[in-house]
Formats: sequence, structure tokens, C-alpha cells
Amino acid sequence: MSAAQPVTTATFDEVVLKSSTPVLVDFWAEWCGPCRAVGPILDQIADEYAGKIKVVKLNTDEESAIAMKYGITSIPTLNVYVNGEVVKTVIGAKPKPALLKELSDYL
Amino acid sequence: MSSEKVHELVIVGSGPAGYTAAIYAARAELAPVQYEGSVTAGGALMNTTEVENFPGFPTGIMGPELMESLRKQAERFGTQLITDDIVSMKLDGDIKELEDGSGNKLKAKAVILATGSAYKEIGLENEKRLSGRGVSWCATCDGFFFREKVLAVVGGGDSAMEEANFLTRFATKVYVIHRRDSLRASKIMVDRAKANPKIEFIWNTEVIDVLGADKVEALKLRNTVTNEESEKAFDGLFVAIGHLPRSELLVGQIDLDGEGYVKVEGRSTRTNLKGVFACGDLVDHTYRQAITAAGSGCQAALDAERFLAGH
Repeated sequence: MSAAQPVTTATFDEVVLKSSTPVLVDFWAEWCGPCRAVGPILDQIADEYAGKIKVVKLNTDEESAIAMKYGITSIPTLNVYVNGEVVKTVIGAKPKPALLKELSDYL
Repeated sequence: MSSEKVHELVIVGSGPAGYTAAIYAARAELAPVQYEGSVTAGGALMNTTEVENFPGFPTGIMGPELMESLRKQAERFGTQLITDDIVSMKLDGDIKELEDGSGNKLKAKAVILATGSAYKEIGLENEKRLSGRGVSWCATCDGFFFREKVLAVVGGGDSAMEEANFLTRFATKVYVIHRRDSLRASKIMVDRAKANPKIEFIWNTEVIDVLGADKVEALKLRNTVTNEESEKAFDGLFVAIGHLPRSELLVGQIDLDGEGYVKVEGRSTRTNLKGVFACGDLVDHTYRQAITAAGSGCQAALDAERFLAGH
């Protein structure tokens, strides 16, 4: 099982912006209830769609510079990056079928 | 999960009402199956901080911690907890049929509905567009991103007061915007907000638009007495104007009132359908407290137990 891996300010460029596959970044924090609720669903998506989309998570407490750069004011925020650009944003925790539908263009 | 097995009881929802129903039903050996919700498990209290008025916790308890305790208690007596959503229900007839978000189908003799409520939106187009870009419904989730900012909280109830107080940890100033000149929040919450030097009230005022290209920059306001319109700069808008019952799956198959709350018979939790019971915020316009929800969850389990015994 390949769960969503953490990404940091130091690795963001390499892991997210320069990725050859779409990357879903989960902006989250420890103290955010809805983030904890959606976490396991993202782990499942990371596993089931491995190779098609990369799923990573960015802790907004520890990596606030990146969160600020992308104007995150609400978590969880899920951004999809293709070729270094944000192509899709999903705000708030959603059930898996709803998330898969939102992400369908990238799966 | 086998689709042939007929469960005694399925509980849909997992706030104080759902978990309390599960505790009672499990102790009555009904082997309840509880659908907690895939992202809503624990219900509204998961997004609160300290709960000061739940009896038995003299120094208060954090909302998520309280829900974790209730969950454990339900599990201890044999509730089968499932972290998924029920996406469709057929509740008439002796055997109720339900389907979950993973496509599993299940059958039950009795169902307890405890799906609670969801937050209400003001209903502005730009509110939706700027959601997650300065518009929020969850101070505990998003307050952190508004350090040294000026915020608006819309609403006049306890949750608006709680959000406003919480947000002053981060914001330089929090304005509570309320369409009347008095609050329906409880006195203790109002006093606390009024004593907070960072909180200021804007009375008789409603938000009629949210302005900003890609984040909230200002609000367009209207005075409800003079109808005068104005603009004021804000970095964020927190909406706390109440809740709507989550009864969308029930429309057309169970009696709801004009606002979408499930109707129950007298002081019981019995709905108009045999073997279907409802409790918590899904039925309650009036009280909407963790303890009243828990109380009605207990009633629902006892009503279901009696129904099943007579069957």
C-alpha cells in the first residue's frame, strides 16, 4: 500500500512542480478534523491510482510558506498540479465517490 | 458485507445522537451496524474546540475527544462501526434496504436516522466562488490562516460567538455582523464576546455580496433598518448562520416538515414509517445541544428495541 507521502518546501519543486504525472497535494494540519477524516481516503486514492496520479500531503503548520504562496486559507484544500500549474482545486473533505468524480480528468 | 443477511438495526450517522443510540442498542444486544460517515464521522462537534456544557465534564472537554469517547463506548458493546456513507435508502416495507458509498447493500428490520445537520450558506454567488479563498464555515479549521487579519463573522447564535472568540486568537479584529439588534446566543457566550476587546458588533446589518478577485477583500453590507448599503474591507468571512437538517436522502419517502426536519410522533422518535426512528439535529429545531441529541439518541434506541421486541 503506497500511502500519500509528505512533501516539504525543500522537496516541493522536485516532487510536485517537476513531476511528469499529475500530482494531488493535500494541504492539511494535525488539528484539522476534516483533514484527518479525508486522510485515509487520499491514502486509498494514492494506492489505487498509483502511476496515474501522485498523492502527497503538505503540512500547513510546518510548511506555511508554500501554503501562503498558493493562497490556502481553508483546509483541507486539494490542489492538482500538472506541469507545475494548479489545474484543479477541491476545498473541504468530501466522500471518496465525490472526490473521484472531481478528480476524474486526472485519474 | 453479505446482502442476504437482515440486520436488526442500522444506525445512520454518528454525532452524539447516533453514538448514544449505538451504545444503548448494542447493550440491548441488537448488534447494531453504524454508518459513521466517510468524512463526517463524529458530526458537528468534530469542528468545535472546548465543550463546556456537557454534563460530567466539570473542566470541559474538547469536542473531538468527547466524540472519540462516545465512539469507543459504542464499540465496546459490539457496535459494528463503518466509516462510510449511506447513499440511498428504501425505508418503507418491513425490510429496509440501504446502500453505502462503496456499493455494499444491506438490509435491516429497523433504522435509526441520526444524520444531523450541515451548515447553512448565505446563498450568495460570490460566497461560493470565494469559498476556501477567504470564505469559511469552520473557524477551528481555517482561523490559523488569518493571523493579523481583519475578519467578519456573520450570525447571532452560540456558534457565531464561539467562532468570533476563537478567531481572536489569530485575527487583529473580528466584527460580528448580525441582521438584528440583539443576539439569540446564550448569555454566557454573548458576555464573553462583548468582553473581548478584539470583537466589535455591527448590528442590523446583512452581507449582500462578497467582493474580491481571487480572495476576499471586502463585503458589501446593507443596513436592515435604513436599507443603506456600504462596503467594508475584510480579509475573511466566517459564516455561522445556522444549520439545515441533512434529510436529502429522505425527501419523498418520509414525512418532513417545511424546513426539511424529520417529523416524529409526539415525544417519541417514531417517524411515519414503521421501524424507522429519527433523532438528534435531524429532528430538532429547538434545542440542538450535544446533550439533547444524546438524549434523543437514547430514546431512538429504546423505541427501536421495543419495536423489534414486538415483531
